[in-house]
Amino acid sequence: MRENGPAAMPRTIIEPQFTIEHLSILDSDGNLDSALDPRIPPEELQRLYRAMLLARHFDERMLRLQRQGRIGTFAPIKGQEAAQLGSVATLRRTDWMVPSFRETASMLWRGWSMEKLLLFFSGYLEGGRPEPEQHDLPICIPVATQLPHAVGLAYAAQYRGDDAVVMAYCGDGATSEGDFHEAMNFAGVWHVPVVFIVQNNQWAISIPLKKQTHSRTIAQKALAYGFPGLQVDGNDVLAVYAASREAVERARRGDGPTLIECVTYRLGVHTTSDDPTKYRSTEEVEAWERKDPLTRFRAYLQTRNLLEPGLEEAVDAEIARGVQAFEAAGPPDPLTVFDHAYGNPPAEIAAQRAAMAARLGHAPQPDAGPPPSPPMRGQRRSWPS
Amino acid sequence: MAKLNMVKALNLALLQEMERDPDVLVIGEDVGVDGGVFRVTEDLHRKFGGTRVMDSPLAEAGIIGASVGMALYGLKPVCEIQFSGFAFQCFHQMENHVARYRMRTQGRFGCQMVVRMPYGGGVRALEHHSESEEQFYAHIPGLKMVIPSGPRNARALLAAAIRDPDPVIFFEAKALYHAAKEDVPDEIETIEIGRAHVDRAGKDLTLVAYGAMVRMAREAADRLHEEDGTLIEIVDLLTISPLDRETLTASVRKTGRAVVVHEAPKSFGPGAEIATSIMEGAFLSLEAPIRRVTAHDVPFVGFARERANLPDVPRIVDACRETLSF
Repeated sequence: MRENGPAAMPRTIIEPQFTIEHLSILDSDGNLDSALDPRIPPEELQRLYRAMLLARHFDERMLRLQRQGRIGTFAPIKGQEAAQLGSVATLRRTDWMVPSFRETASMLWRGWSMEKLLLFFSGYLEGGRPEPEQHDLPICIPVATQLPHAVGLAYAAQYRGDDAVVMAYCGDGATSEGDFHEAMNFAGVWHVPVVFIVQNNQWAISIPLKKQTHSRTIAQKALAYGFPGLQVDGNDVLAVYAASREAVERARRGDGPTLIECVTYRLGVHTTSDDPTKYRSTEEVEAWERKDPLTRFRAYLQTRNLLEPGLEEAVDAEIARGVQAFEAAGPPDPLTVFDHAYGNPPAEIAAQRAAMAARLGHAPQPDAGPPPSPPMRGQRRSWPS
Repeated sequence: MAKLNMVKALNLALLQEMERDPDVLVIGEDVGVDGGVFRVTEDLHRKFGGTRVMDSPLAEAGIIGASVGMALYGLKPVCEIQFSGFAFQCFHQMENHVARYRMRTQGRFGCQMVVRMPYGGGVRALEHHSESEEQFYAHIPGLKMVIPSGPRNARALLAAAIRDPDPVIFFEAKALYHAAKEDVPDEIETIEIGRAHVDRAGKDLTLVAYGAMVRMAREAADRLHEEDGTLIEIVDLLTISPLDRETLTASVRKTGRAVVVHEAPKSFGPGAEIATSIMEGAFLSLEAPIRRVTAHDVPFVGFARERANLPDVPRIVDACRETLSF
């Protein structure tokens, strides 16, 4: 080294130590930290609890329907009701909701009928069609791939001068996918009105969080993309609501995206084809059962005398009506498979449709009756043989 | 009317479609200030601003995924993937979502969008900058796959693709970007997607080609005419999917013989579908087996050996002679 060379360049700190907040308002027993009370109007609290109860009971009913072979595979939400409803309830109808595949509670809140959800999980695409004025995307199965769509929707809203906010859901497993990071990066660079809700339910099928990321939190990943990230107790509906309300307001006033990590737990199976006893302990599940989002919210509402009498029965009756409507659906018309492949369909589609129509003219409809495939694990066939 | 090369012709289509429809926007890597690495989006950023001509971060899945969201909202994004060899990083977005959204939502949403990509060899380029992957897109239901062969049809097809309600994968042959100039009318012109074009009428054999291979087919046809006196009919597909079976069949019913040329590898390539379609539609007219002149079934070979791998005029001429003398 030359003696008269340039002075040594010291390493300087250009990004000070970051902090990640964890927000919790209601503890596991339903005790409120009154300093943090988001002051949600009583009717809204009742609406939230009703939605949580409906989602829980509907989820349980779906599980029975699946075990009876009356619907196909689905991803139960048990344990994640607060994370979903506390967030989605802060949206306006004109805002957009982008689900992954485990957002039954959010979807019910946004107006998806139980009939449609059951149809979807019975293999009917009709169940995935949003209503004409409904600002929701359908269920998205490839993990994290819906997140760039949310960013594009938010960009388009901004482009058109609409004040819509987009809320997009994913799980902890999704945060390992490239699309998660591309979406976060685009959202940060474009400064668009999008709120990412990560339901960190600790397990991506059999992979625990510690094998998914070496970050201490998922929330901190947002900081690398230049926007706020916050961790909340995802089983505390008040905390999720408070954080989401703040994020949605921030997005709406043009201050860009937010990531909210909801720390929660999948109390049930990954999907109805999964057996979680193979990879996690009963003790762990029981510990999380004591943090059940419904139990604590119910206890809190009890202290405020806001519990509605007869709610369980009312919710169950609503579910019964939904199941009934679903079961009244007729057999699918095979010819409709050609209807929505293209907006401007090629001649070949017309030719294939004509060939099927001719075949159906003298043969039984191939889609009528029970599914020909063997049942998935855990599924019992209830069709008459 | 102006004499334009393919780059300028494509640029004209983008300019005019953006002028007539405020929902059309351009997104991609280096498409803004730089005007695209091949200059196809030159000057659009200056004219329409960065909100409509967007320099995106360097992430293909982000480009296509965000464009899906924009399309679902009602905008009409025209995406540029810098080279088709990089599109595998967004292939899942195209296969899983772009192609399927209309079906998945039973018509509630569709992805009216165009994905432009330069493809193909013959420009002495590195790996991932020279391949032909049209077969992957042509095989996906819900997508349309278009490959123009010259400035005028490139301009008209791009305008049609932007207006098409279905997503269109739009391949641009790098070898043709600056190859030739053609008269391109000033007023907007479109070509119906899904229609092949009889580039040259003939009676002895149908030569099916598209993109940069049309040029090659013309040279081969010229040589066959000069040396053997044969009259070759050239069908320029323009749209790979949906395939214009009607035009192919009509041509082969007349000629009785067909040779298919493409830059993509042979096995399971577009030639297989084209040949089968001809066989289904013109079986009783066929006088000889349908031959394919394609790249070999090998991965990228490096541009020093590219000419050995890609179809060339002598190979096309030989295949035509074998078919004619069968």
